[in-house]
Amino acid sequence: MTVGEPEPVSRAVALGKHVNGPAGALTILNDLELRVNPGEAVAILGASGSGKSTLLGLLAGLDDATSGEVWLCGERLDQLDEDGRAALRNGRVGFVFQNFQLLPTLNARENVLLPLELSGATEPERRAEEALERVGLSARARHFPRQLSGGEQQRVAIARAWAPRPEVLFADEPTGNLDHETGEHIIDLLLDLKREAGAALVLVTHDPRLAERCDRRLAMRAGRLEALA
Amino acid sequence: MSAWRLALRLLRQDWRSGELSLLAAALVLTVAAVSAVGFFSDRIERALAREGSALIAADLAIESGTPLPAFWRAEAEARGLETSALVEFRSVVLADGRPQLVRVKAVEGGYPLRGRLRLRAAPEAPEASAEGPPAPGELWVESRLLHLLDQPLGAMLGLGEARLRLGAILSHEPDAGATFFNLAPRVLMNGADLDATGLLGAASRATHRLLIAGEPGALADYRRWLEARLTPGVELRDAASARPEFATAVERATRFLHLATLATLLVAGAAMALASHRLVERQTEAVAIMRCLGMRRHLLLRLFALRLLFLALGASLLGVALGWLAQFGLVALLAEGFGAALPAPSLAPLVAGVVTGLALLLGFALPPLPRLARVSPLRALRGDLGAPPASMWLTLGLALAVFAGLIWWRAGEFALAWKLLLGLLGAGLALLAVVGVLLWIAARLAREARGLARLALAGLTRRPGLALLQIGGFGLGILALLLLAVVRLDLLESWRETLPEEAPNHFLLNIQPHEVEPLKDWLRTQGLGEVELYPMISGRLTGIAERAIEPSDYPDARAQRLAAREFNLSYSERPQADNRILEGRWWTDAGAEPAFSVERELAETLGIRLGDRLTFEVNGRSLSAPVTSLREVQWDSFNVNFFVIGSPALLGAEPATFLTSIHLDARAEALLPELVRRFPSLTLLDVEALIDEVRAVIERGVLAVESVFLLTLAAGLLVMIAGIQASLEQRRAEHGVLRTLGVGRRALLGALALEFAIAGALAGLLAVIFAELIGWMLAVQLFELPFSLNPWLWLGGILGSALAVGAAGTAATYPLLVQPPLQTLRRAH
Repeated sequence: MTVGEPEPVSRAVALGKHVNGPAGALTILNDLELRVNPGEAVAILGASGSGKSTLLGLLAGLDDATSGEVWLCGERLDQLDEDGRAALRNGRVGFVFQNFQLLPTLNARENVLLPLELSGATEPERRAEEALERVGLSARARHFPRQLSGGEQQRVAIARAWAPRPEVLFADEPTGNLDHETGEHIIDLLLDLKREAGAALVLVTHDPRLAERCDRRLAMRAGRLEALA
Repeated sequence: MSAWRLALRLLRQDWRSGELSLLAAALVLTVAAVSAVGFFSDRIERALAREGSALIAADLAIESGTPLPAFWRAEAEARGLETSALVEFRSVVLADGRPQLVRVKAVEGGYPLRGRLRLRAAPEAPEASAEGPPAPGELWVESRLLHLLDQPLGAMLGLGEARLRLGAILSHEPDAGATFFNLAPRVLMNGADLDATGLLGAASRATHRLLIAGEPGALADYRRWLEARLTPGVELRDAASARPEFATAVERATRFLHLATLATLLVAGAAMALASHRLVERQTEAVAIMRCLGMRRHLLLRLFALRLLFLALGASLLGVALGWLAQFGLVALLAEGFGAALPAPSLAPLVAGVVTGLALLLGFALPPLPRLARVSPLRALRGDLGAPPASMWLTLGLALAVFAGLIWWRAGEFALAWKLLLGLLGAGLALLAVVGVLLWIAARLAREARGLARLALAGLTRRPGLALLQIGGFGLGILALLLLAVVRLDLLESWRETLPEEAPNHFLLNIQPHEVEPLKDWLRTQGLGEVELYPMISGRLTGIAERAIEPSDYPDARAQRLAAREFNLSYSERPQADNRILEGRWWTDAGAEPAFSVERELAETLGIRLGDRLTFEVNGRSLSAPVTSLREVQWDSFNVNFFVIGSPALLGAEPATFLTSIHLDARAEALLPELVRRFPSLTLLDVEALIDEVRAVIERGVLAVESVFLLTLAAGLLVMIAGIQASLEQRRAEHGVLRTLGVGRRALLGALALEFAIAGALAGLLAVIFAELIGWMLAVQLFELPFSLNPWLWLGGILGSALAVGAAGTAATYPLLVQPPLQTLRRAH
């Protein structure tokens, strides 16, 4: 590491991922390098099936790499067991999914409360209510996911991801299921919250408008990342 | 493309995707269990019936006081049935000029058609089976006749004008029990010697019996033919009517078996309901897409119904095949118990298995289908829109209706069907109520809970349908296990205890009034304890409700015989312990009022109602009193019992002889010669062999029922697996999200174990309550056995269920935890 450079919040070194499919062995990621600094917003673009979501999962420790190293918040993930990785994510890493992944049996407020309570945060109720207010959904706090529109569900998911004040937030196609206008609103929210929290944001997207607004844009090609102008 | 072909293609796709495996497994196991039970109980019932047949030495016996028409026999033989005729009469044998009253049975070759005669070559020699009846010129006799005549084997006895040799000691005569109160020693002779004795003239009092045996179908046809030609005074006897004590045992065994089948059916049905529920949940998205693509509702429903029909047919046939194989296992286990080989199974259970599979599909798997018809096409766009809720009434109603139909069909007993159904309905409603209360409590707790605990409670309270299915499913699985325990420990034990080791095996009859106290004293000094002696008075029934009766008033042969014969009346201050008052009341004040108490079946046969005035002719005088109670008598207790009992005020002053029944073990039997010497007028009747037969039926019945309940247990396990599977989809998504949020595997595992253990404990509690209720209902209502609560069942049921469901649920869900969260999330959507 070069002196003066900040310690990256997420880093991949010579990362490889291979799977065995019906057509034989398939290389998804090959010798991939990535470095995300604190407070930085990085967009990863790429064709469908290029391995973007797989990379995101590996960076967040949701899956195991075949080779290489993954670092998250200063810890080497491939040297931690599953529980160690979960403990590392707890309260320090946020995640936003394309299909929202809200828990259907919990209402909006309870969905936001869950990570706060799991990480043992102080005053979880107040922080959950603030997070919902920040995404403009205070009035719908008692609604269940099935009673909310797609855009509203994604706002609840963003509130859930930001409420514990994570150091890094991974977002997988966060506007993929939303219309243009709602997508714009979600992008604003994500970037505003990133600024307010001073956290890093790694997002996978097809959406060039969303990518434009990030600090850096990388393209996934043949299992590696290339910087875009 | 026709709906049939499309359905078949979709079925193949479903099958490849593994969507149907649980439902198919439930169906195969259900049908396998039901048909294994079917094949097996078919064989056992036939074996039991065969043993019953041994007790009348035939499958069917025709009995009359006059010779039977020859063409009846010819007809039976023309139909390919075996026949053998016999005559029974009272006579006197002479040895050295000493006469002895005996009961003679003259039989033909071929006798007995069912069962075996057993002989001893000397009083202490071992028993050996005899091939056929005595040779002409020979008599086989009960051992007490040797004592009474003081003659050795080989001696010549006079019978009428013939002299016959004492050939062997008759130790077992299969149909001896058919005439239970024969006090005279029995003598068996060859029918060929009958003419030589010159004893039977045209007007002689004798019982003529034609024994018939053969293939059940031909037998049933012949019986129908015969019943149309029966003349008054002719009576038909079959295995069931041969002897009430044996019939009771067989009836109980059959009921237990049917019950075990029904329990398997119900539990497996629940497994199918759970599997079908899961299938519908998983098909919702595909259906929404098909609806979007323009498929109409009725075609959609038809496609699903056809797919399930094909599945059910395939699974049922496979299940029947497996059931057929499984029954060999059961038979191998039990072959020893039945001594001889069981009869081969009939094909009826095959049809029954397939029909049961289809019926189960209709009752348990189809009800969730209409939900699919109501899936909104919008679901294709909004993946979070769940499947529409099931109609509770349709689901419950159809399941109950099908189950009722199956009970009625399989058990063939309407009374059993409605009782069970009422019980089930009650259990279902109680289950709803109990789960409702539990969910209400859980909802309260959820408000205070945090994190994982809140999530677990929310999972329960906000999906009450699933919680109900799951806890209900677990409950049913545990219930199957506990029922096995209740039936095994309590009911079967009670059944055994109706015939305890100390059941009376000797009857002492003809005790004179002056011998009552000396006999009691003597029995006491011999260590046989306090023995109660019952008075017995002969009387002939002459009137019911002020109306004179004649045998010819009754069309029924049994009623005619009862109306014609002398009744053995008794009197008593208290009812006997094995009698139960069904209607009216037993007399108070030591029976100061003249009154009668009548056994229920006798009352039904003769048309006697409570309050009717009965008139008996006793010792040449008419005695009249109202019937103040109707009783049920446990005939298989081997205690002395009476059809008609009078109050002491009515009969206490009549001259009577006394009788009693006692238990003598092998050691005490040595007392018998001394007993006979001291009380020479007393008649001794040994019923040990009869008791052994009834006890054998009970033991085999218990073994069979236990084996059948093991299948119920397998169905119970399947319900539990289905119950766990039902929530797997929901858990997959939840676990993915939770682990992304940073919850460790160990914490999730702990939460899972706790959640399943709590569900298990609740299910265990429900199961124990219902097991005890069902046990009580079965014991008291159906089997007429005593019942008591079992504290170990409560402790073991609740703790065991918590442990078992906790361990099974955690083990089944564990694979979700081993997968990396990314895979879990991807599979969930």
